[in-house]
Amino acid sequence: MKTHTQTKPIDILIAEDSPTDVMLMREALHHAKVLNTLHVVEDGVAAMAFLRREGAHREAPRPDMILLDLNMPRKNGQEVLAEIKADDRFKDIPVVILTTSRAETDIGKAYKQHANCYITKPVDFDAFAEVVRSVEGFWFTVVTLPSTEPPCPTP
Amino acid sequence: MKPQTISRPINILLAEDSPTDVMLTREALAHAKVLNILHVVENGVEAIEFLRREGPYAGVPRPDLVLLDLNMPRKNGHEVLAEIKADDRLKTIPIVILTTSRNESDLMKAYGSHANCYIAKPVDFEAFAEVVRSIENFWFTVVALPPAA
Repeated sequence: MKTHTQTKPIDILIAEDSPTDVMLMREALHHAKVLNTLHVVEDGVAAMAFLRREGAHREAPRPDMILLDLNMPRKNGQEVLAEIKADDRFKDIPVVILTTSRAETDIGKAYKQHANCYITKPVDFDAFAEVVRSVEGFWFTVVTLPSTEPPCPTP
Repeated sequence: MKPQTISRPINILLAEDSPTDVMLTREALAHAKVLNILHVVENGVEAIEFLRREGPYAGVPRPDLVLLDLNMPRKNGHEVLAEIKADDRLKTIPIVILTTSRNESDLMKAYGSHANCYIAKPVDFEAFAEVVRSIENFWFTVVALPPAA
């Protein structure tokens, strides 16, 4: 396996409005092979504010990956995805859709808008934790991520 | 794990000009958990013809996933990627870049052109086979693939 030369923890942005799912992801990633820092936002507006370092997110790092729910208040995941992938500053950040929706229209639309991959959340807790670990294992130990260097100086 | 409801084999298009890498990929996928058919093209022009079902590729299936090398004759992987991701009929197909290049410029360019993921090939044979199996496992047993358009 080719691993990243890791000098700093991987920053993961989780956009998820279910506290239970956030807790499960936190737990699953806590035991991850790769050192990571989780940043959690609860809706699409906050996700964009985090990426753009607006308001309370002035000091936010550029995430190495985004785990994006689809059904969220204020701004849904498809809208967030479209904004990210149309923005030259953010479009190279891998976006993994992690949602309960199994609707083909959601899956097709997400890929059309350049989601890097689409994963449906299993209802079972253990299976969900297993999926989160698979995401971590694949994206952080097999895949080569885009440069972790932020395009603008870190605050 | 959320298994896909698979009623047919998964079609994988491998665009790769190294016979050794083709052989290793074929070998690794032969033992895959998911039934798959590997289609191989040796350059970027053939890759696009395959996807558009042109010329000798009139009856071919739409691939569920493309494994795309970058350094290929006639048309390189970056050009193929850009064409696929700009084509409304093809852009939903997941493209996994599988290349020996570790250049930052290749990496950034591929993600900027909406590669679904970028994997640098390990030089070691065993490690390469392991990577191919990881791709198979992640994309075909964890991910929900786009509906066949």
